[in-house]
Amino acid sequence: MAIVIGSDGARHWTLLTPGEQRWRWFGWLVLAALTVFCWRIMTADTIWAFVADAPTQAADIFGRMLPPRWSYIDQLWGAIWDTINIATLGTLIAIGLATPLAFLAARNTTPSVLFLRPVALFAIVASRSINALIWGLLLVAVLGPGVLAGIFAIALRSIGFIGKLLYEAIEEIDETQVEAIRATGAGQMQVIGYGIWPQILPAFATICVFRWDINIRESTVLGLVGAGGLGLALEGSLNTLAWPQVSLILLIILVTVILSEWITAQVRRMII
Amino acid sequence: MTEAIPAQHLVWKPPRLIERAWLRWVILGAIILYLWLALGSIDVNWTRVSEGLVRAARLFAGFLQPDFTTRWRDIQQGLIESLTMTVCATVFGLVLALPIGLGAARNVAPLWLYGLCRAFIALARAFQEIIVAILFVAMFGFGTFAGFLTLSLSTIGFLSKLIADDIEEIDPAQVEAIRATGGGFWQVMDYAVSPQIGPRFVGLTAYKVDINFRESSVIGIVGAGGIGATLNTALDRYEFDSAAAILLIIIGIVMICEYGSGWIRKAMA
Repeated sequence: MAIVIGSDGARHWTLLTPGEQRWRWFGWLVLAALTVFCWRIMTADTIWAFVADAPTQAADIFGRMLPPRWSYIDQLWGAIWDTINIATLGTLIAIGLATPLAFLAARNTTPSVLFLRPVALFAIVASRSINALIWGLLLVAVLGPGVLAGIFAIALRSIGFIGKLLYEAIEEIDETQVEAIRATGAGQMQVIGYGIWPQILPAFATICVFRWDINIRESTVLGLVGAGGLGLALEGSLNTLAWPQVSLILLIILVTVILSEWITAQVRRMII
Repeated sequence: MTEAIPAQHLVWKPPRLIERAWLRWVILGAIILYLWLALGSIDVNWTRVSEGLVRAARLFAGFLQPDFTTRWRDIQQGLIESLTMTVCATVFGLVLALPIGLGAARNVAPLWLYGLCRAFIALARAFQEIIVAILFVAMFGFGTFAGFLTLSLSTIGFLSKLIADDIEEIDPAQVEAIRATGGGFWQVMDYAVSPQIGPRFVGLTAYKVDINFRESSVIGIVGAGGIGATLNTALDRYEFDSAAAILLIIIGIVMICEYGSGWIRKAMA
């Protein structure tokens, strides 16, 4: 280590020993070798003629994209409305499911550390490790294409995110307030309502708004797998090679994302 | 004059978030109206859903008995594509993110370079990977190369922004000290800047490996190579047992990546 923390807690700068230096070089060498190896496997099937042709293709595509077909926006209002609904309703469902899950997962509020906590943690991890688009693929296969599949895809994906951040917030609370409420003879729900909830409320609100912002981004592309919203229009326009429509949709996605970011920033400023 | 109030009349109420009553009601009304409109716009095809429940049951059964063997060659191919794509894209992104991150830090770069690099970072971060993948597939053809470029671009956007923000927050005293000894630009970078951002930077890269693998598992849906394409095909054919096997593999690798990157970040912090 180049920086050593001394007995007085201060950080000291030391030179690497030759042994450490050799290990570092060895590490870099392994990384470089791995990269070259992966590169060779990855590009084995690459058709380099296509790659060489890419600038021409890119110029062609961007040429076709301009100008965007502004009149197409009349057909997009429904898709925009659907996209916002998918994000908002999905987030709401996720909040409803993730909150109890977080209380089950937090070490200091779970009724059973041995049984319920691992189950809740597993649910949180499973939800987080699958991308919203994959949830979308699964749900479209189950529920059929449409907004409903999108809402549940967003909800299932968000449970893990909200649950994880929320249970970490619960575990970090100040226990003295909980003690104080408990000392008055309050039941478990009263302890949560008056001792824990007020402490995590700012974190809770920030997490929810932050996730809503992410969900707006994700719901714009969910339609690519058939789950409704702007992505559906994008898929349709791509399939018919209607590039002026594609550029308009991309512009709208950009505007939507910037707007949601702005709203998120405003709400966060209000809360904190 | 205050009189003793009987204790049971003293009920404490938590303070309201919004003090003005009418504003509270207007906001509540707006929320209810929105929910009513939003829920009304979902049209559910119940016959399709009831058919779907059968599929859901089969999918669930698939998770209990995942089929790794039938499509193993496709799965293997997809996995190799995803993993090699992740490694190459992270390394390339990293190599390119370093100079761009340096250029986007206001305390080491001149203004014109700062503006240029920040604009590039904003552009690289504006669109989701999947949309970038669509464009790259259109330009470079189907396959891993488009996916590699997509992930590289997102890695550059992610890492160079964080590097730049980190460099802007470093302790200037050390830079001053090295400069005072007559150190040139590269010596300042080597002895004052990189020791300060190095450890966090390794952690961020490990985190990005984790994200890149997750993304590499979906960009295949739009034709950019990787395990996502295999999964998409399996679901299109309603081969839920193969799909379950692929999902289990993805979850397994994501968890390995997540714990690995968490471990590296802890070791480096």
